[in-house]
Amino acid sequence: MPRSNLDIHRKKGGSSYVLREKLFVAACLVAVFLPLLLLLTLFGKLLADGLPRLSWEFLTSFPSRRAAEAGILPAAVGTLYLIVLTALLALPTGVGAAIYLEEYGKKSRLAALIEINIANLAGVPSIIYGLLGLGLFVRTLGLGRSLLAGAATLALLVLPVVVVSTREALRTVPLSTREACLALGATRWQTIRQVVLPQALPGVMTGSILAVSRAMGETAPLVVVGALAYVPFLPDGVFAQFGALPIQIFNWVSRPQPAFLVNAAAGIVVLLVMMLVLNAAAILVRDRLQAKHGRAS
Amino acid sequence: MASYFMQTQRLSFAVSCVVLATAATFTGCSKNAAPSGEPAAPSTEPGAAPSAEPVADRVIAIDGSSTVFPITEAVAEEFQKENRAKVTIGVSGTGGGFKKFCAGEIAIAGASRPIKPTEETACSAAKIEYIELPVAYDGLAVVTHPKNTWAKSLTVAELKKIWEPEAQGKLLKWSQVRPGFPDKPLRLFGPGVDSGSYDYFTKAVVGEEHKSRGDYTSSEDDNVLVKGISTDKLALGFFGFSYYFENKDSLKLVPIDDGIAENGAGAIAPSHETIEKGSYQPLSRPIFIYVSKQAVERKEVRDFVGFYLNEGIKLIEEVGYVKLPEDAYKLARARFEQRTPGSLFAGAGSKVGVTVTDLLAGK
Amino acid sequence: MQMAAAARPESATRRSRVKGQSRLMSERILESLLVLSGLVSVLTTAGILYVLAWETVQFFSEVSLIEFLTGLEWTPLFADARFGILPLLMGTMLTSGIALVVAVPFGLMAAIYLSEFAPSKLRRVLKPALEMLAGVPTIVYGYFALVFLTPLLQSVVPGLSGFNALSAGIVMGIMITPMISSLSEDALSAVSNNLREAAYGLGSTKLSAIFRVVVPAATSGVVASIILALSRAVGETMIVAIAAGQQPRFTLDPRVPIETMTTYIVQISMGDVPAGTLEYRTIFAVGSTLFLMTFAMNVLSQRLARRFRER
Repeated sequence: MPRSNLDIHRKKGGSSYVLREKLFVAACLVAVFLPLLLLLTLFGKLLADGLPRLSWEFLTSFPSRRAAEAGILPAAVGTLYLIVLTALLALPTGVGAAIYLEEYGKKSRLAALIEINIANLAGVPSIIYGLLGLGLFVRTLGLGRSLLAGAATLALLVLPVVVVSTREALRTVPLSTREACLALGATRWQTIRQVVLPQALPGVMTGSILAVSRAMGETAPLVVVGALAYVPFLPDGVFAQFGALPIQIFNWVSRPQPAFLVNAAAGIVVLLVMMLVLNAAAILVRDRLQAKHGRAS
Repeated sequence: MASYFMQTQRLSFAVSCVVLATAATFTGCSKNAAPSGEPAAPSTEPGAAPSAEPVADRVIAIDGSSTVFPITEAVAEEFQKENRAKVTIGVSGTGGGFKKFCAGEIAIAGASRPIKPTEETACSAAKIEYIELPVAYDGLAVVTHPKNTWAKSLTVAELKKIWEPEAQGKLLKWSQVRPGFPDKPLRLFGPGVDSGSYDYFTKAVVGEEHKSRGDYTSSEDDNVLVKGISTDKLALGFFGFSYYFENKDSLKLVPIDDGIAENGAGAIAPSHETIEKGSYQPLSRPIFIYVSKQAVERKEVRDFVGFYLNEGIKLIEEVGYVKLPEDAYKLARARFEQRTPGSLFAGAGSKVGVTVTDLLAGK
Repeated sequence: MQMAAAARPESATRRSRVKGQSRLMSERILESLLVLSGLVSVLTTAGILYVLAWETVQFFSEVSLIEFLTGLEWTPLFADARFGILPLLMGTMLTSGIALVVAVPFGLMAAIYLSEFAPSKLRRVLKPALEMLAGVPTIVYGYFALVFLTPLLQSVVPGLSGFNALSAGIVMGIMITPMISSLSEDALSAVSNNLREAAYGLGSTKLSAIFRVVVPAATSGVVASIILALSRAVGETMIVAIAAGQQPRFTLDPRVPIETMTTYIVQISMGDVPAGTLEYRTIFAVGSTLFLMTFAMNVLSQRLARRFRER
């Protein structure tokens, strides 16, 4: 970006120019900071409403008709189970697809087809995935409104993100590394498994954890696939009915009594904390793996 | 390099263990968790076989009316404190509940109107027999925003003018309801078409069940209606009295004048007394639960319904509904014990202005 | 490995050849597993298309396409059933339009500032900070719209209903601002400095250079970002489901309850309608419309972005 000498411009545009430019920059700064300030204020109010409600009772109680006794235990546990299942379904598939696209199929038409699909799927609204889950997993495959159906739906939703971030991580490994391995007589898979993947692992893990953390906050597909107004027990298997944090928050937000809105705020705080923990874990994992890799190479 | 890979494997394993351990801790610490050795293990293996009994047998699945929901929710909560059964309650509306009931998907359907002939046909076609049990009285409350100063009462004729099908797209302002009302938009809220409250209201007010205008905010979830009306000064809507009772501070009741002096002259507001005495007409009605005879073969369902009809009725006033007379409950319990099938309303749908005790006693 | 084997006796060579063949086998199996993983995405697209098309075709066997596309009333469940999707479409466009009115000025000005004025250290902090706006779960935004923004607006806007398009639209606008700001900033930064230098050389002031040279040069990238943001707003569900209302209404009035296509799908799904009914099929018909709209917008946006990148 070339340096802009205000004096030169003042000569060109006249004395009013400096004022105009300063006003414009001020307006731009407002445009940048206003949304951020708004968000900060809203979060402040959220914490003010929700934090006092947080307690061990709240975290370990079941939903109740009495707002003061209601808790998020089944919702939080449901969310934990969901993301573990989603990760188990999405990560192998996503990493596998990315490896295929990056290492094997560079010139094939199949790879191009898969690439186009991934690019388009990334832009499909999440509720359409919910409809897919409803039509395919819940009804046609007969999984019912179960944890498995919900996790499968979420896995499909985050798959494009996992593929894209894994591909970017794989690309950070220089081509020369791969060629050196192949020259030493290793097969392609040996190269990938023992050299490329470990080097790319920090990026892969980070991207995957971030994708799964996004899935945690998704409400719309879960509502279409599995919402129930009242699930007062913990799921005991993949085919069980389930609750989840976003659905419980949605349920409480829909209730008119102010006490339930406070519960919703507390629920949101729990959800955001869980997401933050997961994101922090992602960064931690990446840093530790990168440090280790630095020492190993 | 191989050792590096093993290290990362160990790391991922450690991370998963932490996640599972957290989940297990939550499960272990909860008060009402079903006892199980490794609660986390089955759900993390997608290929794991489901538990021996299908889930449907261990869960009491309830669905149906949002009007009946507050009672069923309260009963289920108290019941689960003493029993290890699991109860789920959906809010699909009376019609939605019956659809699932007659498809064998749920054990109990909550209904704010009696079963219809078409639903009876569907049930008998699927060989599902039901036991009809009235549980409480409800009055359909007509409500507005607290700052609504003009609608001090409404007549049934005016309600009909507002809600009949011909009003769609035409009756859009308060001034069209009654001259003297402000010339401002009329914002309507009401139950959706799967709701028994909707069916009963249309029958009692419009004169024909299931016929009304369609251009209003409709929802089977009465909480949405309460929210909408309590935040809009120009709003008007109706729903079960329990939802007014729980939100008294943010809503205003509109007394209704049915033009019949015998059961109370002038405009009458719903309250425990007027609903119980039967002077709040035509919008007082009994609400029910329907239990499937097949489900009754399970012990947990029998226990639950027994609990509902005994300890549960103490909760009815707590949520804002009106108890039936004690005789009616005695007859209802007997009906359940004898597993009497069929509807008291001979499948003809709601009867406006009827006493439940008489019906149960067979008069 | 093979070279060492050659020095060993015959049986070892045979052994290593077998080992080599089995390695080839396992390589092939692995490769097919990877291909299968890749095919999951193709199957997902196929699944979406199939599920939507199947139910939609059956829907149109009972409802006329003309009524669906041109009817002004959406009351599919009532006794007097009407199946015109325009009210839902209007609800979606109203909320998305309000979102763009908020996001385009904010996003563009932020992009111009970040690209043309901000020192690089500030840019490195502000750009990800803005992108955080997109990372907040939408249910949190819905909560904000209903609990904080609507009461605030009710004191300012006369006749504002508790459920309305305005609150939801504004909050959606905040959410999609980073899409416009980040992508437009990329587009603006990618404009070659030569153009700027040339403009200054011809006597242009900085503001003139920005608005007359740089921004027009980045037009396709900027427009691509706006279309992408619009597509995101159109597909958004939770904010409108919580704050915009549940009344299908063909109106441009942002103060009244409306219903978007996404809210309708949520509303009906929460009732768990039995498969095979007309009610069940309506959510897929609406879903198909939504899918076609967002797909078209995404493709358009990708084409524009590609054209911009090629320059």
